[in-house]
Amino acid sequence: MLPGFNLTLGYTLFYLSVIVLIPLSAVFIKTTELGLAEFWAVVTAPRVVATYKLTFGASLLAAAINALFGLMLAWSLVRYSFPGKKLVDALIDLPFALPTAVAGIALTALYAKNGWLGQWIEGEFGIKVAFGPLGVLVALIFIGLPFVVRTVQPILEDLDTELEEAAASLGARRWQTFRYVTLPILLPALLTGFALAFARAVGEYGSVIFIAGNIPMVSEITPLIIITKLEQYDYAGATAIAVVMLVLSFILLLTINGLQAWTNKVTGRDR
Amino acid sequence: MRHTLRNIAASLLLGSTLATSAIAADITLLNVSYDPTRELYQEYNAAFAKHWKAKTGDTVTVKQSHGGSGKQARAVIDGLEADVVTLALAYDVGALHEKGKLIPADWQKRLKHNASPYTSTIVFLVRKGNPKGIKDWNDLTKPGVEVVTPNPKTSGGARWNYLAAWGYALKQPGGSDATAKEFVRKLFANVKVLDSGARGSLTTFTERGIGDVLISWENEAYLAVKELGPEKFDLVTPSVSILAEPPVSVVDRVVDKRGTRAVATAYLEYLYSPEGQDLAGKHYYRPIDPTVAAKYSIQYAKVSLFNIDDVFGGWNKAQKEHFSDGGTFDQITVK
Repeated sequence: MLPGFNLTLGYTLFYLSVIVLIPLSAVFIKTTELGLAEFWAVVTAPRVVATYKLTFGASLLAAAINALFGLMLAWSLVRYSFPGKKLVDALIDLPFALPTAVAGIALTALYAKNGWLGQWIEGEFGIKVAFGPLGVLVALIFIGLPFVVRTVQPILEDLDTELEEAAASLGARRWQTFRYVTLPILLPALLTGFALAFARAVGEYGSVIFIAGNIPMVSEITPLIIITKLEQYDYAGATAIAVVMLVLSFILLLTINGLQAWTNKVTGRDR
Repeated sequence: MRHTLRNIAASLLLGSTLATSAIAADITLLNVSYDPTRELYQEYNAAFAKHWKAKTGDTVTVKQSHGGSGKQARAVIDGLEADVVTLALAYDVGALHEKGKLIPADWQKRLKHNASPYTSTIVFLVRKGNPKGIKDWNDLTKPGVEVVTPNPKTSGGARWNYLAAWGYALKQPGGSDATAKEFVRKLFANVKVLDSGARGSLTTFTERGIGDVLISWENEAYLAVKELGPEKFDLVTPSVSILAEPPVSVVDRVVDKRGTRAVATAYLEYLYSPEGQDLAGKHYYRPIDPTVAAKYSIQYAKVSLFNIDDVFGGWNKAQKEHFSDGGTFDQITVK
C-alpha cells in the first residue's frame, strides 16, 4: 500500500459525504414519508411521465448535438488559426458564466415570434421554437456547449499530427485517418463531454422555464414539476420525483462511464 | 502594554453596547410580499416611517421581499425572518399556521375585513383596439383566441384567475360544477404559455407579443397600461369577476423573538388609515374605506364581484378541490 493511502481515502470519503452524499440522502429520507404505493402513484402520474420523456429525451439529443458540433468547434480552434481566435475561444465559456435566467430570457426574446430569429423561423417556415419542446432543446444546447469543447480541446492539442501524417503516408484517406486514428483517441474525452453536457441539461431549470411555455403534457420539464410540488408544500412528492431523476441520471451516467472504460480498453489505453 | 490594550478593547466593547442601546430605537422590519405590490410598498414604507417617527421618535426601516406568493410563504416557513407577510391569498398566509405554526389559527380575525386592507379583482388586458372583440369570459373559450395566464399550481394570481372563470360559468343560466369544469377546460385549451408567476405572464404578453388576451390582476393591468403605454393595450373588465382579498399578518414567532410586535402591528394597522388607503388606491388596489374608495372609483369599471367564501366555501376547500394533485386543474389538463 502506498504511504498516505489511509489519509487520502479518509479525506475523499469525508469530502464526498459532506458535499454530495449527505444532501442526497436527505432527499431519500424525505421521500420515505410516502408509502410505496403512494410513491409509485406520484412518480408515474401521466403528467410526470410526460416530463421525464421531454427532460431526458431533449437532454440526450442536446448532448448529442453538442458532441458533434462541439467537436467541430474544438477542431477548428486547435487546428486552424484565424483572426479573432482568442475571442472565439473566450466566447465558448460564456454559457458557463451567464446566469441561466438571463440565457432563458435572451433566447426567448430571440426565438419568440416577434424576435429576430423567431419572426423568420416561425413566420416563414412555420416552425415554432419558443414556447414549445423545440425551445427546450435550444436552451439545453446553449448551456451544454462548453462542456464538450472544453473536454475535447486539450486532448486535441496534445494529439501529435505526426500520427496523422504517418497514416497518410501509409495510404490512408482523410476519412480513414479520422475514423481509425484520430477519433479513437478523442472518443473518451468526447464521451466525458457528452456525459457532462447531458447531466447539466437534465438538471437545468432557470433557462428552460422561460422558453418552454410550460404546457402540461407538452412542454413541462421534470424540474418544473418538482418546483410545482414544493409550491404546494408537497415536500415528499417533490423529493419522490427528485429520487426518480437521480436514479435515472445515475444509471445513464454509469452507462456512459462504462462505455468510456470499454473504449479505453478497445483502443488499448488501459494497459 | 498588553494590559492597556485589553482595557481599551474592553472599553470599546462596552462603549459599543452602550451606543447600541442608546439608539435602540433604530428598527428594521422585513415585509415579505408577492410580486405586484412592489411599487405600493415602496411608497407605503416611506409614509409609515414618517408616521412612526412623528408618533414615537423611532426610526423604522422596512425591507421588502417580493416573489410568487406561494414561494414567499414557503421561504418564511423555511426560516426567512419576516416580521409581517402581505401575500396574494389567504391560503398562503394560512400555510404559515398549517405548516409552520408561526401564527395562530385565528390570524384572519385580528385585523379588520378578513385582514385584507385592500382588495382587487381579475380583469383582461388585450391588444389596442381589442381586435378579437373580447368582452367577457365566454370570449376566451372561442376557437382562435390565444390566452395567457400563469400556472395556478405555482401562482397565487393564477388561482384567482381560475376561480373567477369557474365562478362566471357557475353563474350562467344552467350553470353547474360540470358546466364550469367544461368551460375552464375549453379556456385552458386556448392557453399557449403557462408561466410560473404573474410578472412572467405579463412579460410574455407585452414583450414577446404572445396571445390575444392576458388574464391579470386589476392593479397589474392598470400598471401595465400606464407604464407600457395606453397606445398599446386596452383593459377589459368582464361582467362578473372574483373579489380578490390579499391578506396581511404579523408573523408572531418572528416578532416575539425580535421584539418588534408593537411596530409590526402598527405597520399593518396603518394600512387601514386614510393615508394607507389612499396609497392603495393610488396603486390601483381597491381601498376598503368607502370615502377613499369613492375618490378612486372612477378608475374602475363596474363589475359584479363574488366572494370566494360564498362560491367556493373558502380557500382551503378551493385549494383542495381545484389545485391539489388530482384536482380539477389536473383533470382538465391531463385528458
